[in-house]
Amino acid sequence: MCGIAGIVAIAASASAPTEEALGLMAGALWHRGPDEFGIYRDSRAGLAHARLSIIDLSSGQQPLSNRDRTLWIVFNGEIFNYVELAEELRSKGHTFRTKSDTEVIVTAYEEWGDGAFDRFNGQWAIALWDSREKKLVLARDRVGVRPLYYAEHEGRVVFASEVKSIFAGEPSLPRRIDPNGLDETFTFWTIVPPQSMFEGIVELPPGSVRIYASGNVAEKQVWKPSYPRGNDGLFKGTVEDAREALDAALRNATRLRMVRADVPVGSYLSGGLDSSLVAALGHEANSSSFQTFSLRFTDDEYDETSFQRMMVDRINSQHHEVLVSRQDIANVFPEVIWHTERPILRTAPAPLFLLSRLVRNSGIKVVLTGEGADEMLAGYDLFREAKVRRFWAKVPESEWRPRWLERLYPYLTRSPVSQRALARQFFGRGLERANEPGFSHEPRWNSAIALKRLFSSGLRDRLAGRDAVRSFLATLDDQFSAWSQLAQDQYIEVRTLLSGYLLSSQGDRMLMANSVEGRFPFLDREVIELTNSFPASYKLLSLDEKHVLKRVARKYVPSAIVDRVKQPYRAPDALSFVAEDAPDWIADAMSESSLERAGLFEPRAVSALWKKCKSRKDDGQFSNADNMAVVGVLSAQLLYRQFVEEFPQARIPEIRTRVVIESS
Amino acid sequence: MSDNKDVVRQFIISNFYVANPADLKDDTSLLDSGMVDSTGVLEVIAFLESEFGISVADNEIVPDNLDALERIVAFVERKGGKRVAK
Repeated sequence: MCGIAGIVAIAASASAPTEEALGLMAGALWHRGPDEFGIYRDSRAGLAHARLSIIDLSSGQQPLSNRDRTLWIVFNGEIFNYVELAEELRSKGHTFRTKSDTEVIVTAYEEWGDGAFDRFNGQWAIALWDSREKKLVLARDRVGVRPLYYAEHEGRVVFASEVKSIFAGEPSLPRRIDPNGLDETFTFWTIVPPQSMFEGIVELPPGSVRIYASGNVAEKQVWKPSYPRGNDGLFKGTVEDAREALDAALRNATRLRMVRADVPVGSYLSGGLDSSLVAALGHEANSSSFQTFSLRFTDDEYDETSFQRMMVDRINSQHHEVLVSRQDIANVFPEVIWHTERPILRTAPAPLFLLSRLVRNSGIKVVLTGEGADEMLAGYDLFREAKVRRFWAKVPESEWRPRWLERLYPYLTRSPVSQRALARQFFGRGLERANEPGFSHEPRWNSAIALKRLFSSGLRDRLAGRDAVRSFLATLDDQFSAWSQLAQDQYIEVRTLLSGYLLSSQGDRMLMANSVEGRFPFLDREVIELTNSFPASYKLLSLDEKHVLKRVARKYVPSAIVDRVKQPYRAPDALSFVAEDAPDWIADAMSESSLERAGLFEPRAVSALWKKCKSRKDDGQFSNADNMAVVGVLSAQLLYRQFVEEFPQARIPEIRTRVVIESS
Repeated sequence: MSDNKDVVRQFIISNFYVANPADLKDDTSLLDSGMVDSTGVLEVIAFLESEFGISVADNEIVPDNLDALERIVAFVERKGGKRVAK
């Protein structure tokens, strides 16, 4: 796991990248790969690599080339089936100098060209430079586990694992917040690739390959989520057959992620079903001194300690815990945003930053996590809510149909919204669109869109006439309407929150901030394709979420964990920031002058929000809207300060030990 | 009368941090516009009870009474609410 970066001159007039620029780019990615640094440079292209050594510790350095030193690669990630691919390539006459997966990628690309990517099972961001053909290939894994950004500027392509590296290597690139990025954040709860938070910076979408060659650029989607159309592609067996197939696929996916490493692999353990199962399967693959890592909260409301310990007792792991308070969240939040490089509406990434620090301090570089299970097997309340709303929409005047919502949200019975007429207005919005794309996500999106009322008039003017939802829905897969409704809802979830938030702000960025690599058995290629083929009822049976997964888990996980009511992972939001002794950066970010300078939000409105929240610090009752508004404003303000106002070149460490390969 | 409306308007603008007061018309749906969410309804009721000395019964918690500035003001006046001196 690593950071990659590079600069390639596309226009004939563009100058060659300097060693200094490449060094700065690698330096900005230092946290992703502190073990080794390498640079390749010729008259048109430069590649930079910051390495976290996990496989082939002695000879896996990058940039790495093919045998005749014409094709160069920098690579961030893992190809878990590289051993099998190497064998296949050997049978075709190829030989290998190293034991690294990187060399397998280069060779696979020589053998199969762009077709190589679809043979990979793993998580990757790759840049390949063909110095003979003057061709640059950028590629990213199926669901976007590993990040990759690029900018085209003054005849050059500048790319990197993180935006800060692009800014460090190309100081002449203007650093400006893109209003469309803020618009998407306050709609989907995240930006959706290719949209980034900065003008001129593009995120390469998951599953894509982008190729620059002989003055042209082409981009293609080599993989995208796909679901059965009627019986076409549908899993044929019973739910018990599905359990067996999923059990085998998950065991294999976890085993690969355990054994394809030359360092020990541990596991996160939240106390929920998904990470408990992953930890159990990881332990099964390698039980010797298996290490697990958990978050605990000083606020009981968020804490899941008892379930975590139940699982630890079951597998006897060496367990580590970090106890997180509101104050911890406030203290690390600026650093969290330095790594997310985007605003967030929840503080949930912050505790994960502290968790990966614990992992690193325990001497572990790689962890398994349960991410992806809720998307692949329909775990979120959103899927159940959509099902009830569609059921209700068939008889909109029904009195008892909407009452099923109370099963999903028991608090409703204690809320004013339990009053029928009010509930109808809250949850019954848009029932007439029950069969249209996006219906499932409307309540979530509307909750964020409502907060756009905080936008400054300048920002509103720049966004006039834009409709983020409509633009997104125009990019849905052309098979979308042939899929089951649950599959449609899952697809939208994968396209938006999975890659933009869960695997990024809550995943890669928090892990790599402390040089830890995450591995995700539920996002294994075989697992994705298998679970996508299941009939909707195997995943969501009536309102029983992840039904078939629970059947698998019973063999490995205590039933108290399998049968517990799903608790979404949450951390204290606004509450983290309102204390009397809160760190100084908060008052500064909320001050009229810094709000005016950033120009993103209306200072008067933010001041009303902030006054309201400060006055409530004692009883701690914040509405969902207040929570999202506070976290959204604070994080956007931090983003502006750290990336636009005072982008800290000084914060980029100077890289001393590095290998430089010069070529003519 | 219009006093009451101003008081309620000011409350909504500040409690629900409305940056552009022109967004809040007399008949704007507070629920559909997203200004007021499920917890927000509680805040509106608590405000009306303390500001106008009324008590809102369960069966009065309906959109017809609470979902727009003009409906709230009409509801308060039907209930005989008077601003409580503070």
